[in-house]
Order: sequence, then C-alpha cells, then structure tokens
Amino acid sequence: MNRKQKNRFSTFFKHLLLTFVALFTIYPVIWIVMGSFNPGSSLFTAQVIPGMNWSLFWEGMREFNFHTVMESFRSIRLTLSHYSHLFQETNYLLWYKNTLKIAFWNMVLSTFLVVTAAYAFSRFRFPGRKQGLMTMLVLQMFPGFMGMIAIYILLLQLNLLDNHWGLILVYAGGSIPFNAWLVKGYFDTLPKSLEEAAKIDGAGNTTIFARVLMPLSVPILVFVAVSNFIGPWMDFIFARLVLRSNENKTLAIGLFEMVTGRGNTEFTLFAAGAVLVAVPITILFMTFQRFMVEGLKAGANK
Amino acid sequence: MRSHKNRGTLLSIIFMGFGQLYHRQFVKGGLFIALEIYLLLFWTLPFRNAMWGLYTLGETTQTRVGFTIVQGDHSIFLLIEGIIFLICGLLFLWMYVLAIRDARRVGFQRDQGKKANTFKQTWTVLADKGFPYFLLMPSVLFTAFLTILPLIFGIAIAFTNYSAPNHIPPASLVDWVGFQTFIDLFNMKTWNRTFLGVFSWTIIWAVLATVTTFFVGLFFAVLLNSKGIRFRKFWRSIYILPWAIPSFVSILIMRNLFNGEFGPINQYVEFLGLAAVPWLSDPNWAKFTLVLVNIWFGFPFWMVLMSGVMTSIDRELYQAAEVDGASGRQRFLGITLPIVMFSTAPLLIMNFAGNFNNFNLIYLLTQGGPVNIDYSYAGSTDILISWIYKLTLEQSQFAIASVISILIFFVLAAVSIWNFRRTRAFKEEDTML
Repeated sequence: MNRKQKNRFSTFFKHLLLTFVALFTIYPVIWIVMGSFNPGSSLFTAQVIPGMNWSLFWEGMREFNFHTVMESFRSIRLTLSHYSHLFQETNYLLWYKNTLKIAFWNMVLSTFLVVTAAYAFSRFRFPGRKQGLMTMLVLQMFPGFMGMIAIYILLLQLNLLDNHWGLILVYAGGSIPFNAWLVKGYFDTLPKSLEEAAKIDGAGNTTIFARVLMPLSVPILVFVAVSNFIGPWMDFIFARLVLRSNENKTLAIGLFEMVTGRGNTEFTLFAAGAVLVAVPITILFMTFQRFMVEGLKAGANK
Repeated sequence: MRSHKNRGTLLSIIFMGFGQLYHRQFVKGGLFIALEIYLLLFWTLPFRNAMWGLYTLGETTQTRVGFTIVQGDHSIFLLIEGIIFLICGLLFLWMYVLAIRDARRVGFQRDQGKKANTFKQTWTVLADKGFPYFLLMPSVLFTAFLTILPLIFGIAIAFTNYSAPNHIPPASLVDWVGFQTFIDLFNMKTWNRTFLGVFSWTIIWAVLATVTTFFVGLFFAVLLNSKGIRFRKFWRSIYILPWAIPSFVSILIMRNLFNGEFGPINQYVEFLGLAAVPWLSDPNWAKFTLVLVNIWFGFPFWMVLMSGVMTSIDRELYQAAEVDGASGRQRFLGITLPIVMFSTAPLLIMNFAGNFNNFNLIYLLTQGGPVNIDYSYAGSTDILISWIYKLTLEQSQFAIASVISILIFFVLAAVSIWNFRRTRAFKEEDTML
C-alpha cells in the first residue's frame, strides 16, 4: 500500500466511524419521533418503524424486487392521534403556555437585573464594589438548592406558592451572580474611550448605556437572554417545589409524571409531548449556538 | 476635644443626627433624627420579639383543648423572621456608623476652615455618586432575599434538630443543637454509612463524568478537524444534537430506551441472542449506564469548544513541526493537546462542579435507584444532591440535609477557589484578594 492509498483508507475509516457514531447520536431522537407516531400506547409495543413488514422487505431486497420492497412499506402504520390526544385530553397546552410564560418573563427580568448590575460593577468605582464582587463569586459556589427549604417557606409566607411569579422570582434571583460576573467581564473588555467621548458630547449615564454600550454587547446579551429563556424549560427541581396544582405545572413536571406515574402506559403520549417541546428549543439553541459557546468560554476565562 | 471633628463624632454617637445638627446641616440631621425616632418608636418591640424568637425558636408547643387546636410558636417562621430582623438591624447599625463617619468628616473639614456642604450641595453629590447604587438596587434586593437569606437560613438549619418525626412545626418545636447534627452524620451508623457511600460515589461519578466527556469530545474534535473529512458542518450539526435538546426530555427518553423489560436496547440485545442486561436495576450496571448516558450528553459541548480552539491554532506551527520531521502523533501531543488543554482547563473545573451537582441526570434517569438496603433514604446511584432532595422533600430530614449541603459547599468552594486563583479575574488589580 503506498502512501496515497493509505491516506484514502484512513479517510474512509474515519468516515465510517463518524457515520457509526452519528447513528448512535441520533438514534434516541429518531426513536422518540417515531414513537410519537406509533399506534398503541405502551413502551412495549413501540417500534422504530411501526407495522413495517420486515420479512417482505428482506425478501424484496434479496430478489432485487423493487415492487416487493415498496409493498413492505405500505404496511407501515403511523398515527397523529397522540398529538390530538395530547391537546384534547391532557393539560399539555396549558403546561406549554405556563412554561412559555415563565421562560419569557424570566428572560426579561433576569436580563434586566444582570445587565444593570454588570454595568454598575464594570463602569463605576464605588465603595462596596469589591465586597459586592466577592459576594457574587462566593454565592456561585453554593448549590442553588441549599436554600430550597427557605425559599419554600418564603414563598409560602408571601402567598406565592403554586404561583408562576414565585417561580419566576426564584429563577431570576438565582441567575444573577453567575451571569452578572459574565457580563461584567464582557463590559470590561469594551474600551472606555467610547463612553468618555459620549460624555464630552453631553450624554448622560443612561444614554451612554443605551446608545453606546448596549449595541456593542449584543453577543453576551443574547447569551444571557437565551440561556435564561431555556433555563426554565430544563428545570425540574424548583418547578416541582413551587408548583403544585395540575393547571400550573410546567412541561418538565407534566412529562415526567407521564412516564413515571403509572408504569409507562402513556409512553407514546409522552413521546409526542417530548417532540413538541424539544423541536422549538433545539432550533433556538442551534440558532444561537455560536453565542452559547462564546458565552461559556468567556465565563471560564473570567 | 475642642475640635469640631471630635464634638461632631461624639454628638452623633449619642444620637444619630446630632452631629449634623451641630454642623448646622439641619435638613440632613433632621432626617437622621427622624429615622432614629421612628425606628425606636415602632421597631423596638418587634425587634426584641424577633430576637427572642431567634434565640429560643419558640417556647409554647401546639396544644389541643378538647377538639380545638391552640397554635403554639412556629419555630421556622420565628427563625426566618429573626434572620430578617437581624439583617435589618445590622443595616441600621451600618447606617448609624455611616452617619457618625459623616459627622466626623464634616467636622474635620470645618477644622480645616472649610464650610460644611449645604443640603442642596449634598444632594447633588449624592445623586451623582449614587448612580451605581441606583443601578444595583434591584439585583441587590433580589439576591438578598432569594439567595443570601435562604442560604443563611439553610446554614442555620444545620445547627437545629429540624427533622421528622419529632421536630416538625407547627405540631412541635425545633431547638438549637449546635454541632450535634454534624457529629451525628459522622458518628451515627445509619448516617455515616450512607454518607460515606454516597459521598465516594459522588466523587467517582463527577470525575468519571468529566473525564469521559472531555476525552470523547477531544477525540471527535480531532477527528472532525483532521484532513480529508467531508461535510464537516453536517457531522457537527448531528453531534451537537444531544447538547441542544432539552435535557429533561432526552433523559426521560433514555430512561425508556434502557428500560430493562420493554426498552428497545434490551430487545436488540436479546435479538442478538444475549441475556437481557439489567441497565437500571443492578447497582453497578446502573452506574455504568449513567456514565454512558452522560457521555452522550456531555461530549458535544467539549467537541464544539475544542474544535473552536483547534481552528484558531496558527497553521504555521504545524508546518514548522512538519519541516522538523514531527510525526502526526508528535504534532498532536506537542502542539494541539497543550493548547487545547490550556484554554479548556478552567471549564474542566466548572464541568466537574456541574457534574458533582447533576441532579437532573441522576434523578430523572434512575431516581437514585436501585434500592440499597444499607443506606438510609438513598439508593445506590444517589449522589449527594439527589440524596439531599430526598431528605428534604420526601423525608423531612432538614437538619441533616443542611449539614450535607454545607459540606458540598466546602468541596466545591475549595475546588472553585483553586480554579479562580489560576484565572485572569484574580490577577486583575481592581478585582480582588
């Protein structure tokens, strides 16, 4: 084997490996999507391609009979009934709305809190600044859930238990230390001369912030906003702690109960629900992928 | 003693605002005096009650007279109230100190022959200097009430006996017990066996989860960046999927895939003529499954990050190495690996901390199971954080759960401080330490 052949062989082998692992990677995805179209309801009866007549398929393949192969596909039975069932007979739509509401307001509130704090820490020197930064650093090290009991009791006393606003407040409060550090780090890298120029032109603090700093900070702001929007979609613990009634649930809890409650009898329904959650969030994530990576990298370097 | 400075200071110590009056700053002084009078009149009694509550955690238990229940003291509410009042009290004390310092400073200025600021001047200075505080106000309030207060409360709980079945308000009272709960965790057989088991699995888990995802990610980053790969973008988009899908969805999917009885994976295994694998029902297999599933979740992050780093490495470095006759392996070990390691090391620590507390994966995939009869309230795959969850929400063992979370804090704080010391934030003159 000469060098060129060797190279070609190794490239082929690499592609083979990539394909193989890609199959493993997307298998759960395909499986859940197909599961949602499966007739029947339990995990046991769920098949990757429901109703497919495999023996006919292999027979056609063996005999190179295109017609027989096509015939084998005709027995495939897919159904959309789980999707309609989801909307008509469960509170799924309501959970979706709840989650969307919580995610949206958490995004707005968190971004506001984080940006104002980061701006103050990055651009002003005031007594208490060092201590404030130090406090935020230490707060990041506590497991968020250490204060769980206290949060529970606080919300109970404020009458915010089983209330979406209670949950939004908890999320927004928890997101401040880490994100404010991150955004502060980003603001620090922006040249101060720009603001000084604006100040000479007579701009006030607020104008400088809105007109000069904000437009330059789009990547990090997108990161903070998107991660705070996605956060509530992923969270299970606090949602479970705060939200009690069926009509206030979020998707994470609703779907969890679908597959753990009564021995997987609602598996296909869960599959349909999972697809409807995962698709938009995945698209959102893929769109902002670049920002996510950069944001995390910035967080690590700070 | 004759100077304005000392007189102003002394008068301010006697009563908040007297110093300012002495300096003829009537509006400012008046405001301070009004504040102290208001607090003395309306807050003395509630404050004393709150301190009593904090100290005793309640004295009267709930009693029953005939069929009616007579409410006693609720220790936990008293505790929270006490903490809030204590914080407010400290804030007031701090303001008092500021007022004294202000009187001292103005007195010093007068001693130097300067005139004290009028109220209008003070106000302008305040409005200008106060802008950052104004910006910080909302986040400080949020952090104070939703992060710091709960944390203080959580730490306080560790020093009480707040736990089922005998110390759950409102039916019964909670008492301060000092370090007793800490001692129990290490000395009582029911607790220390579970603690040691869960703790060591948590460490093993966090290390395994971090290392495996890191190297698998590295492997694929190298593979994708190597020569002759076609459709790079396509492969990358596929591999990034596990990272993009909401984790609770994919964990629940995995839970079904690995289902021992009906799961498709075991169906394939049996189809191949092998015995069904107890993926989630055997302790060791369950641990193995967790690590395996975690690789699926974790490697895309590293892969994306590392391919980013690799593409930014200067091509000339490789060319120079090639001229010197370095083999592919040498180039990788000598150039790629050090650069990648250097820029991803801080994230490695963050990732470790994340895995250490990866509640979602453990709880949603195995719920800590399978059952371990040697453990109290924990299953074989429970890590500390999921054990705490069970202890609080399912078993009401709040005191012991608080102790464990304090211990987690020490582990993570040690790791993070070590990490932060090595990163840039620490070396900047204006940040800290």
